[in-house]
Amino acid sequence: MIQVENLHKAFGEVRAVDGVSFAARDGEITGLLGPNGAGKTTTLRMLYTLMRPDSGRVLVDGIDSGIDPLAVRKRLGVLPDARGLYKHLTARENIDYFARLQGVPAGVAAHRRDTLIKVLEMGDFVDRRAEGFSQGQRVKTAIARALIHDPKNVILDEPTNGLDVMATRRMRQFMRDLRAEGRCVLFSSHIMQEVAQLCDRIVVIAKGRVVADEPPEALRTQTGESNLEEAFVKIIGSGEGLAA
Amino acid sequence: MNSSLVVFLKEFRENLRDRRTVLNALITGPLIGPLIFVMLINVMISRQLSQAEGPLRLPVIGATNAPNLIAELRQQGLDPQPPVADPIAAVRNRDVAAVLRIPPAFGESWHTGEPAQVEIYYDSSRRETQQVVNRLKEMVQRYSRLTGAMRLVARGLSSTLASPVLVDERDQSTPQSRAGALFSILPYFFVLTVFIGGMYLAIDLTAGERERQSLEPLFVNPVAPWRILLGKVAAICVFSACSLLICIVAFTVAGRFIPTEKLGMALGLGPVFAVEVLVLMLPLVLLIAALETLVAAFSKSFREAQTYLSLLMLIPILPSIMLSLFPVKTASWMYAVPLLSQQVAITELLLGGSVTAAQIGTCLVCGFAVAALMLAVTARVYGSERLAISV
Repeated sequence: MIQVENLHKAFGEVRAVDGVSFAARDGEITGLLGPNGAGKTTTLRMLYTLMRPDSGRVLVDGIDSGIDPLAVRKRLGVLPDARGLYKHLTARENIDYFARLQGVPAGVAAHRRDTLIKVLEMGDFVDRRAEGFSQGQRVKTAIARALIHDPKNVILDEPTNGLDVMATRRMRQFMRDLRAEGRCVLFSSHIMQEVAQLCDRIVVIAKGRVVADEPPEALRTQTGESNLEEAFVKIIGSGEGLAA
Repeated sequence: MNSSLVVFLKEFRENLRDRRTVLNALITGPLIGPLIFVMLINVMISRQLSQAEGPLRLPVIGATNAPNLIAELRQQGLDPQPPVADPIAAVRNRDVAAVLRIPPAFGESWHTGEPAQVEIYYDSSRRETQQVVNRLKEMVQRYSRLTGAMRLVARGLSSTLASPVLVDERDQSTPQSRAGALFSILPYFFVLTVFIGGMYLAIDLTAGERERQSLEPLFVNPVAPWRILLGKVAAICVFSACSLLICIVAFTVAGRFIPTEKLGMALGLGPVFAVEVLVLMLPLVLLIAALETLVAAFSKSFREAQTYLSLLMLIPILPSIMLSLFPVKTASWMYAVPLLSQQVAITELLLGGSVTAAQIGTCLVCGFAVAALMLAVTARVYGSERLAISV
């Protein structure tokens, strides 16, 4: 469970996040949708405690990230916007490094790693060095290392970015699996189809503010548009920066 | 496992697989210094020796005007070369160090008892020719004194009449101290090695990791930034300490090829010297690793960090240059200043002087204190939220 209360963040004159509040519940997929530059990544960075909000607070399973950031990080599995791997290490070594940093006991980590390797279909490249990995292989490795400590809450920043059609389909299925396991899944996207297909709840951000926070059907009813794409354009005020 | 240790082990293992890092830390960094140094010293020593003791090969114009003078100068080590057409041009063009000219009027003045003139053409702004010119002057003056004394004796006077005051020079320099200036550059090579040995790694572990977008995922782990920093700095220290160790060993081996015996001196380049240098340099290993990481953390990219660090690399040479240009008496406060203390202590050890335990202690305590301060500043920068953000 992730609760966000009235977050503000400014970079100089630019108010990147200007009063964002929403909640992402366990057993649900919550989508953070907005055009490029709307403040999605900045919001997520404050959620996973990489940035400190100017005001407002974030609660993860009831823990205030401003008070105990390390405890919050333990409960989060994060695929950030930046997903670089260590190219001189194999995929397996990349995953193990994060397991140790998370403080997962070696036996537990090995079991969890093997499960993730199977689920993410990483078997054919797991013992190769990350240098020269395809985009899909990189994302899979980045996700495996982010989830190695079996976090209850999962934050994915544009998880399908740069993936081909097949990899994108598998990624979406993987997110549904995470939901089925009862986790709280929060992901950002600027792709409307994806959000419409996957989400139990959609939080639309534009210009640093939440402009809608509804289940997909409610969005359609609210705007009076049967087509979700039209609904988004109506909410945001323009179609700029969105992809179908 | 302690998370700093986790970071350290991973950085150590990963970078052992990186050929560029290994090459830099274990070969280029530590071996270039000793190589250049030994070559330089060899050239300088053999040149100085040949100028001081070898035959003096200089063109002489009008040698036939004073055959006795030339014969005497030959005795003293002059090897007269064929005359040059234009002595001024020859000296200015650096073809020769000096030219001796004996005017045609020499013989006539000599026989009439007038002062006979010889001319020495040289360029005093060419410092390297100073020794040659002085030797030549001294040779001529010696001949002049001898002849003068003989003339007095021939007239029944004592030769001491013409020299009422006698200067007795008592030079207190030792071969060691005369060579001091040559070797005061040596500590810089040790500092440079530590700098180069850790530089590539320090840039890579902060600026490089940010550029490759792996710093943000790393910082999402539940580990305090300063713990990550400690692991990384430890990895840098290990690599630069290896560089230093190889460099010191290379110097002790290369030291055997320096013809110090020709200078009549013994360099203290033994195992004891090696251990002492290693201990003295330890604070700098930490200080430089922290400094390099700090610069890398401030830089926006790998290239930027490289540019800054290349400039920063020139700073440690300052004490070396200062001390060789303005040799000052070693004062005890110098042992409290990092860089300067290593410079002073290592030079002292090399030239057979003694460094007390208290001085080594001061050097270590102050060095580590400054290093800890640098580390604390770097940790602050590591804790700032801008550090991990890639774009």
